[in-house]
Amino acid sequence: MEHFFDLLVRSIFVDNMIFAFFLGMCSFLAVSKNVKTALGLGVAVIFVQLITLPVNYLLQTKVLDPLGLGFLSFILFIAVIAGIVQLVEMIVERFSPSLYNSLGIFLPLIAVNCAIMGGSLFMQQRIGMEPSNSQAIACFGDSIAFALGSGIGWALAIVCLAAVREKLEYSDVPKPLKGIGITFITVGLMAMAFMCFSGLSI
Amino acid sequence: MANKNNEVLKQPLWINNPVVVQILGICSALAVTAKLEPAIVMGLSVTIIVALSNVIISLLRNTIPNRIRIIVQLVVVAALVTIVSEILKAFAYDVSVQLSVYIGLIITNCILMGRLEAFAMQNKPWDSFLDGIGNGLGYAAILVIVAIVRELLGNGTLLGFKIIPQWCYEHGYMNNGLMLMPPMALILVGCVIWVHRSKNKDLQEK
Repeated sequence: MEHFFDLLVRSIFVDNMIFAFFLGMCSFLAVSKNVKTALGLGVAVIFVQLITLPVNYLLQTKVLDPLGLGFLSFILFIAVIAGIVQLVEMIVERFSPSLYNSLGIFLPLIAVNCAIMGGSLFMQQRIGMEPSNSQAIACFGDSIAFALGSGIGWALAIVCLAAVREKLEYSDVPKPLKGIGITFITVGLMAMAFMCFSGLSI
Repeated sequence: MANKNNEVLKQPLWINNPVVVQILGICSALAVTAKLEPAIVMGLSVTIIVALSNVIISLLRNTIPNRIRIIVQLVVVAALVTIVSEILKAFAYDVSVQLSVYIGLIITNCILMGRLEAFAMQNKPWDSFLDGIGNGLGYAAILVIVAIVRELLGNGTLLGFKIIPQWCYEHGYMNNGLMLMPPMALILVGCVIWVHRSKNKDLQEK
């Protein structure tokens, strides 16, 4: 249980998907103009991450490893992600139209969000680690902790950036830096702030 | 005809660069640039994969049903990435360890899907091949620029060879360790965009 929370907190703050690994940058930069849509996309990422990562964990440990088909993992993971995103979209549309209206447009985007694919690939790497390592994913529960943590970390980052960008509208930025340039530098400074968390452990 | 091919090849290198103008494929561009060697390998891998997948999709473009084109594109890309990843593991193991998950992430690299959707679906194989090479090299160019700055200032080396002479260190010069940390990659790409946009005034926003 202790390892569960350690992994959760670590993957939110220390191994943050955006600030430490730059995963999911494309939609992170494109959909962070205001807090409300950023929050919507953040929740959608947590949601999809929480489903795909444990499924891919089970596939990796129960199907690919025993059969020695490790090299097929890329194709399998991307197929699972694309399939689950499609499925989630249909289920949400059927049972919760209001949630669908707020998440709807973001769901297809998530299929090619590197944070989701990256999460699965990191999970694949961490399966073989020593159990004492705080990044190790040794059981099904750990994969859920990692999915939750990396999803929340991503959502936290995009909401923070959206808040900063809303204020940035009113500031006087040099012309060539306007828009995407200053956003990169802002994210860089935020990443520096997040570096303070390194070494954090429970 | 030759002129048009030239255009297709040269456009993405500077005027319409996939990284700093279209803001595609940022994830891997930032993550692998702490050293020059992985940046070059990554740039080449992406160039090869974009070019080949462009050719394959362009050959298949009239037979792919429109509704399932995304899945077909993903499968072609995933297969090519798997091949490149296995080749790297066999012949350049150290680099493949350094690149870790980012090789696999070429699958979700937006440059690939972007080029397949925007170019290969409408154009002939040879044009698509050139377009792939051009975009791949445009991506590689930004990677190499950022990696040179980071490795030189952060480590005093290029490709592992010492560039900054010893007497500089003796007179108090120090490597800037922050350059090797993730935040500086973002700030450097921001600066590249700054320079690029001040040269190309029509790209500036508002």
